[in-house]
Amino acid sequence: MPPFDLSIPAQLTAALGPDLLLMGGASLLLLWAAWREPSQAHQRAVGYASMALTIVVGAYAIWSLYQLRSATGGPIAVDNFRWMADAVILLGTLFTIALSIDDNERENIPVAESHVLVLFASSGMMLLAAAQDLMIVFLGIELMSLSVYSQAGINRRSARGAEGALKYFLLGAFATAFLLYGMALVYGATGTTNLADISSRVTRLGLAHSPLLVIGIGLLLIGFGFKVAAAPFHMWAPDVYDGSPSPITAYMAATVKAAAFAALLRVWMEAFPAAFAAWQPAVAGLAVATMIVGNAIGLAQRNIKRMLAYSSIAHAGFLLVALAAGSTQSGSAMLFYLLAYTLATFGAFAVIIVMARGNDRPVMIDDFAGLWSVRPWLALGMGIMMLSLLGFPVFGGAGFFAKWYVLQAALQSPTPQTTLAVILVLTTVVSAGYYLYVVMVMFMKPRPEGSIAPGATPALTRAVVVFSVIAILLLGIVPDRFVRLARAGIMHAVPTADAAPAATASTAGTATP
Amino acid sequence: MLAESLFFSAVLFTIGVIGVLTRRNAIILFMCVELMLNAVNLTFVGFSRVYGAGGQVFVFLVMTVAAAEAAVGLAIIIALFRHRHTVDLQNINLLKG
Repeated sequence: MPPFDLSIPAQLTAALGPDLLLMGGASLLLLWAAWREPSQAHQRAVGYASMALTIVVGAYAIWSLYQLRSATGGPIAVDNFRWMADAVILLGTLFTIALSIDDNERENIPVAESHVLVLFASSGMMLLAAAQDLMIVFLGIELMSLSVYSQAGINRRSARGAEGALKYFLLGAFATAFLLYGMALVYGATGTTNLADISSRVTRLGLAHSPLLVIGIGLLLIGFGFKVAAAPFHMWAPDVYDGSPSPITAYMAATVKAAAFAALLRVWMEAFPAAFAAWQPAVAGLAVATMIVGNAIGLAQRNIKRMLAYSSIAHAGFLLVALAAGSTQSGSAMLFYLLAYTLATFGAFAVIIVMARGNDRPVMIDDFAGLWSVRPWLALGMGIMMLSLLGFPVFGGAGFFAKWYVLQAALQSPTPQTTLAVILVLTTVVSAGYYLYVVMVMFMKPRPEGSIAPGATPALTRAVVVFSVIAILLLGIVPDRFVRLARAGIMHAVPTADAAPAATASTAGTATP
Repeated sequence: MLAESLFFSAVLFTIGVIGVLTRRNAIILFMCVELMLNAVNLTFVGFSRVYGAGGQVFVFLVMTVAAAEAAVGLAIIIALFRHRHTVDLQNINLLKG
């Protein structure tokens, strides 16, 4: 197929097809959601329609992936990286809506619009994955963030939810201002907002050490650091994750992070490869701080949602290692990591939703004591999620290979990041302290006297757990197919020096470790 | 002209940051964030005197998004006020640890 010529409006529309389909469908669903009185039946119906729309858009994105088309110039990118990031985002969207349908019923939130807000947030994320212009990055981030702010406070009866939403909003808006100032300074240094043009002008005009550009990159990094909850910009995450409804927490932890990292990687690899020496130490420092802070504080948590919040911070650190490596494998390693992390996070939160008792009461790790004796399948599922988040071989499935590919990207990059790789491995060992604690509590501690067994698992929630477990274990057996697809057409525009060794590395990477 | 506008917007942005870091009232925090956004707008307009209309287009996007952000943000502040009868962040501490 010939590449899209984005200067022709019809071709630009075609290149944005899945994004536009999701936005248009979500707008129609919003009308339908607001049409009737709020009720559980209506909430369920809109939820099912939203899931159907997500599946259609996902199929469209995967079909586009196999078209292998590219694009010349213009504000959006058409490449494998975009479509695979879309697939990960839409998988998270599907899980979120499935869990929300059941959770809304249990918590008595008859708000049909909650599903539509997820769809709007996801269309913003798809824009982020496609963005090849700082303006589109900004629009995508804001469409995503504004929808998720209101999602965090969707349970109007919950004071904790409102508090979390306010913290998320204030810190998110604060971060957006930094992001924008960074964009303004990059625009000031280069005179353009197009990522490819920024890169070529930095090289041609020798701007790699211009103070405007370096300060701009720094401010952009602060803004993105807030959005992906990297230390020291992570303080909001545990509070917000704790206060939000569980499906939305999973969405914020996995899918929002996936979209933000997709945009972060694209901006850094496409716009600033020439300034690698300037930003690499900053990104590496951020990665080290995030890995250490997330895993160390995670050890002290007794509330499982807060524990998973620190786990999510730690995973942001591992993903930053892939970015700091700056090699052609970083993109595929990051995509695989995000897929594995999405599966494990949604599976774990589905179990937490089953364990929730309502009344705005947090779920503690000790509530899982002896779960094996009353709900063995649930305990087994949760165990696999924990092992996958830890990156345990075989039983952790995809989680192990996720870390493996990130390590590989770090060690095989043109400037090998040995220190980062060592810190990644050491902090993973530390994280065993809290992941295995959950497993230990479930399987080895006795069930406390008089504690009631969790209620029956609703069908959609069970489907999410089962799907996640199967996908994690399958990806643990055959991880190479996804990674090969991700490597095939990763960001056509990346002008890095090590394009040739990538082909040989992809075959080496699939050998069993 | 460019240097003055850049300097002025940097000062405005810094005042906004200091405001967010030191004040504890949610509405004032939000005003400080808006001040930061407008400082960025000034930077964009300043640079577009050199580079052409691109920066001004960005300013229109920022203004539109800031309006949407105000709508969502004020709604969240009102939702919290209904629970706590205050918008002072010092008194808002259910989530800790």
